[in-house]
This record gives sequence, C-alpha cells and structure tokens, in this order.
Amino acid sequence: MRHLLPALALAATLAAPAFAAPAPVTVKIANFTFAAPVVTVPAGTTVTWVNEDDIPHTVVADDKTMFKSKVLDTGDKFAFTFAKPGTYGYFCSIHPHMTGKIVVKAP
Amino acid sequence: MDDKDPPSRRRMLECMGWAGAGVLWTVSGGLASSVSLDTALAAPKPGKGFSFLQVSDSHIGFNKDPNPDARVTFREAVAKIKAMPVKPAFILHTGDVSHLSRDAEFDDADQILSEAGLTAFHVPGEHDMLDEGGGVAFLKRYGKGTAGDGWFSFDHSGVHFVGLVNVKDLKAGGMGHLGEAQLAWLQQDLEDRSSSTPIVVFTHIPMWALYPEWGWGTDDSAQAMSLLRRFGSVTVLNGHIHQVIQKVEGNVAFHTARSTAFPQPAPGQGPAPGPMKVPAGQLRDVLGIRTVNLVRNGQPLAVIDTPLA
Repeated sequence: MRHLLPALALAATLAAPAFAAPAPVTVKIANFTFAAPVVTVPAGTTVTWVNEDDIPHTVVADDKTMFKSKVLDTGDKFAFTFAKPGTYGYFCSIHPHMTGKIVVKAP
Repeated sequence: MDDKDPPSRRRMLECMGWAGAGVLWTVSGGLASSVSLDTALAAPKPGKGFSFLQVSDSHIGFNKDPNPDARVTFREAVAKIKAMPVKPAFILHTGDVSHLSRDAEFDDADQILSEAGLTAFHVPGEHDMLDEGGGVAFLKRYGKGTAGDGWFSFDHSGVHFVGLVNVKDLKAGGMGHLGEAQLAWLQQDLEDRSSSTPIVVFTHIPMWALYPEWGWGTDDSAQAMSLLRRFGSVTVLNGHIHQVIQKVEGNVAFHTARSTAFPQPAPGQGPAPGPMKVPAGQLRDVLGIRTVNLVRNGQPLAVIDTPLA
C-alpha cells in the first residue's frame, strides 16, 4: 500500500490536460531535401526527422551545438524537443546545401 | 599517346573535351569504347615520365541499389590496377573511402587497396567525417605526417603533389570549404616553388562551382586557385560527383573522377544527386579508375579514365 499513493499521483499528472505536450511533428528527409523546409510549432513540440533517402544525412543546428544528430542512415530517425520560442535553423553537415528551419511559437 | 611526338596543347585540350563528351555518353547509357580498359592496358610505356593512379569514392559499406556490395567493385578496380603492365608510381584516393566512417569499412577498404601493392595517399570525403570525432578515425588511419585536418604535400619526380581537405566543418547553406588555416598553409607550401614546377592538387569536392545547387563546389576555392595560377601546369583531381567532368581554365585543368561504388546523375538531371539506378549489367560501365601519365618535357598530363567493365 505504501507505493500506491505516489503511483496515483503520477497517473494524475500524466492525465492533466495542462501538462499535455503539443502533437509531435515529423520532417521527412528525401531527395537531398528536408521535405518541409520551414515548420512552425508551439513550444514543447518534439520534432522527429526521418531519413528516407538511400544516402546518409545528418540534422545539425546552425550553431552546431544546440542539437546534432549522429549520422542517419536510411530509415534512421532523430528527435529533438524545442522548449523555447525562437527560430532555429539547421542543416545536413554532410550536404550543407540542405537547410531547414523550425519556428517555435509561445504555446 | 606517343612519347616521341607529344600532342600540342590545343590537341590535348581537344582530347580532353572529347573524353568528357565520351563519358557523358556513358552516363546516358552508351559506352565510349575508345577509352576502354584495353586502350589503357595497351598504353605505351611511360618512357622518361611516370604515371600514377587515382581511385575515388569507394564508399565501402554502401550496399543499396544499384550496388549491393561496394567492396566487390572496389576489389575489381584494384584487380585492374594489379593487371597494369606498367606499374603506377602510387595511388591517390580522393575520398569517401568509407560510406559511414565505420572502422570495419576502413578496415575493408585498406585490406582491398593493399592488394595493389602500391603506396596510397588519402584525402577525406564527407563520408569519412561521420564518426563521433568528426574525422578523427580517418586522420588516425591516414593522417600520419599531415598538417591541420589532414592536408599535406609531397614531391615525386619533379612534380609537386598537394592533398587538400575540403570536407571539414562544413557550414549551413555552404559547399566544400578549405578554411583560413589551410589556405595559409597552402600559400606557404607554394611560395618558394618555381612557376615551372608541375603541380597536381587532389581533393574530394570539385574546386570550381560545378553545380552549386547540389553543393558541387568549394566556397573558398577561388582563393586557392589564385595561389596556383602562376604555375605553368596545374592539374586538379577530385571525386565526390561520381562521374567524369573536365574543365580547362588557362593553365589549370580540373578533372572529376568516377566512383568505384555507384554513379551519380549529371548536374541537374533529376531531383537530387542520389545514387543513380542502372541495370546490373551496366553498373561497371559507369564505375572506374583513372591513370595519369606525365611525360617529362613540359606537356600537359594525360588523363585516362577507365571503366571497370
């Protein structure tokens, strides 16, 4: 019985609408492009990139520090959650002419 | 080419133009039979000159359409080298040795290339920079005696060879990049050399704006070329675009080489520069190796591209 109360509290937290994360967003990588080059999302959104090319790519923030995927081979994914509003440019560090932007708005 | 009667520069330029066109036919399905392996194997003795060999874009680890195992075609390329009646002095590998910078890929590449029994020099491609350290694995393996991020030079029979790295720390929206440190090194490397010294530059990404829409160029190549322009004979060899394209600008001849793994489309043909799908029976027509012959009397270098088929 001692463990029941914390478990109930956790369930309540997860169920509370005020804490629900925004719907996740997927950006496909195909034909050496980020299929949606500019994506606008509310803060807290998790963006997932999926490499659908038959060549590896990466997803790297323009400043090369905020987020940086490992090399994504065909079918590999990379996810990052954007907590704060702002405009975040990114590119493929293997093919730097491939660029994209995530615009994060206040929720 | 006949050693005793070297072609005029004009004739050589015509040959280069023709060779480029021939390879474009190859890319679109035909084969330039005059530049066949037989021709290369039957090439006359180099006489007082020497020859060296370029391989590129072996992409060991690539296993998708149109090439289920890039090791097999690389091994075939090395077998061609072994079969040459006149041994090249050495091999230049112009990058993308591996597909994903994995140790096993580099191991396989080294094992296969060593079967040629020749000294090999490497510059990295962007596919060789994908380890956690961003190129540390490549540098550890091939970077002995190099400066900076792996650039170096050496002399052979009066020719000055310069290996440049244009795939490191690429920036958003950019193309290939040499960087200030490497350009300063290049200036120092060249400054005391006589303008009559033949220069061979080898690197991965093309050193001119071949097709910027696909990133096929080097942002600061103009600065490097300005240091090279005073030399009477400059040959720039690269890979990256998996097809033969040539361009002559004054005393500078640019040559991009075929891959030993898979072809890529001609600039702007199709939506993207991904692997070009070709029927299995035609794959070896669009892969290949390159020999460069140097005749010692100030003539331009003769470049022969040989398909694997």
